[in-house]
Amino acid sequence: MSIRISQIDKTYGKTRALEPIDLDIHDGELIGLLGPSGSGKTTLLRIVAGLEQADGGSIHFGERDVTHVHVRDRRIGFVFQHYALFRHMSVFDNVAFGLTAMPRSQRPSTGEIRTRVMQLLEMVRLQDFAERFPAQLSGGQQQRVSLARALALKPDVLLLDEPFGALDAKVRQELRRWLRHLHEELNFTSLFVTHDQEEALELSDRVVVMSNGRVEQIATPDTLYRQPANRFVFEFLGDVNRLEGDIENQVLTCGNARVAVPGVENGRRELLLRPHEVRLDEQPSARAHLPVSVTAVVPVGAEVRIELEADWLGEPWLATISHADFERLAITRGKRLFAQPSRLHRFDTPRPQTLAPLSVS
Amino acid sequence: MIRIGDAPRVRRLLIGVALALTVLFLLLPLVAIFAQALMSGIDVYWQNLSNAYTLSAIGLTLLVAVITVPVNLVFGVFLAWLVTRFEFPGRRLLQTLIDIPFAVSPVVAGLVYLLLYGRNGWLGGWLDAHDIQIMFAWPGIVLVTLFVTCPFVARELIPLMQAQGSREEEAAVTLGASGWTIFRRVTLPNIRHALLYGVILTNARAVGEFGAVSVVAGAIRGETNTLPLQVEQLYQDYNTVGAFTSASLLALLALLTLAAKAALEWRAARRETAT
Repeated sequence: MSIRISQIDKTYGKTRALEPIDLDIHDGELIGLLGPSGSGKTTLLRIVAGLEQADGGSIHFGERDVTHVHVRDRRIGFVFQHYALFRHMSVFDNVAFGLTAMPRSQRPSTGEIRTRVMQLLEMVRLQDFAERFPAQLSGGQQQRVSLARALALKPDVLLLDEPFGALDAKVRQELRRWLRHLHEELNFTSLFVTHDQEEALELSDRVVVMSNGRVEQIATPDTLYRQPANRFVFEFLGDVNRLEGDIENQVLTCGNARVAVPGVENGRRELLLRPHEVRLDEQPSARAHLPVSVTAVVPVGAEVRIELEADWLGEPWLATISHADFERLAITRGKRLFAQPSRLHRFDTPRPQTLAPLSVS
Repeated sequence: MIRIGDAPRVRRLLIGVALALTVLFLLLPLVAIFAQALMSGIDVYWQNLSNAYTLSAIGLTLLVAVITVPVNLVFGVFLAWLVTRFEFPGRRLLQTLIDIPFAVSPVVAGLVYLLLYGRNGWLGGWLDAHDIQIMFAWPGIVLVTLFVTCPFVARELIPLMQAQGSREEEAAVTLGASGWTIFRRVTLPNIRHALLYGVILTNARAVGEFGAVSVVAGAIRGETNTLPLQVEQLYQDYNTVGAFTSASLLALLALLTLAAKAALEWRAARRETAT
């Protein structure tokens, strides 16, 4: 079931929660709504669900206009951040709720309900927990019950509000993989809200980045990371190092630091680069003379994270380098080195520009 | 770990003081009521009890409770639902207004009703013209009792419903449940203990209210005397045994309510541990 959101907007009192928003979601797509808190992502999700009324605009599920359709008739499944399980009902009764709440004429028989619920519980691997109560389950198990409950009525659309936000990292990872799997198997259309960029990039077919009630960019995870539409997206999707200085004759100067910036006009500018776009060397090069000193070393994972400081830097830089480079340079805290940007990004032009690759001597 | 009062001697002292106070302030008066009532033997007790005025007082007290409790049950749930589930202008004001019957002395409440519905009151003329008597009759007693007891249920429910939030109800509505189904299967089970407690408090107060009722009842023996008024009147008549007989009935009602509450709590606790 495709979802078409057009010109949806919402204002709470004097706060503009959503600027008019357009979004087309294809049948079977898994879409992540990503943004900081207060960006309007949850409001948008709740409007799609019908839990919140938009001030204007329309929502279509396939060809069906659901703008004024009540939540209970929208045929959606909704998964809440804190599960919202019915605390006084067993796991079985929680999952069966949607079926048992149907009007008597449409309600399946008790036997049919039993079969369906047990199927769902098997799918979320909780068949042995049917008689337990929510309080007797772990967070991850509760969220799986909540998913089974949302899927019991075979919804056209599955909506998830920060589904894994309250879980610890390891369970979160496992549930993400499992949701992806489930999504491929059952092929419903889903829309989920998250503030975790990694989660959005890992799960989504496409990501909608939002801030201040506006859509900043809609793109596949790969495009989003490589071609951010603007500075907000670039900064939100990862760590960022800033380099500000005066440019004259295509050379940026800042205190005793300089770097060649081919093709950039004169004036005061700010350029950005990611931690993996910083190389470290013992000598300056012809293109870059950026003296830095190491303040912290975190040798965890596939790369080593190095924190750098210098007089010419407003805030410390972060560099991620390979273990090989780390050993070659024998980096310790306090060591003086020279930074070599391999790429620089600028967002003060109408379209973002990347100065790359800056050849390293 | 060291806690205050953990030393054996201190602990024994604290427990002793608590027990002594309980006996002195709670248990002893209760025993005294029954002792006084049965002072002249069980026959006199029955005689006092089957006195026509006393029987009428029992009937009126039960009538008041039977009307007041359901009305305030519905009203309290409705009010709590309104205040905790909806945002509307005046919500905070409404929450404050609920507390008026607690803040105001019951006697003042009685006087206000007298001022409104009495013969010379604002609505009195109209009521008189239509031959409707509210003051110095059972409708007046029911009205003031409703007023005095109306915050109990809402006051019990509001903090609980605020803490629980509306997430479960939202979940139920996304699953296609109708409003009534949500209330019956999701909201009500979650608030049932608090609701029960509110009802018990309402009932206790409805049965025992003296101040407001005495202003509007007019103390007509056998007609507008509730049990608390009957107790007072008998005592004024120097009929101590009679007064304590009626008082023992009130005490018995209180004990029964407490027993009912304890039984329900015990059953609920047992069901939860069984699962």
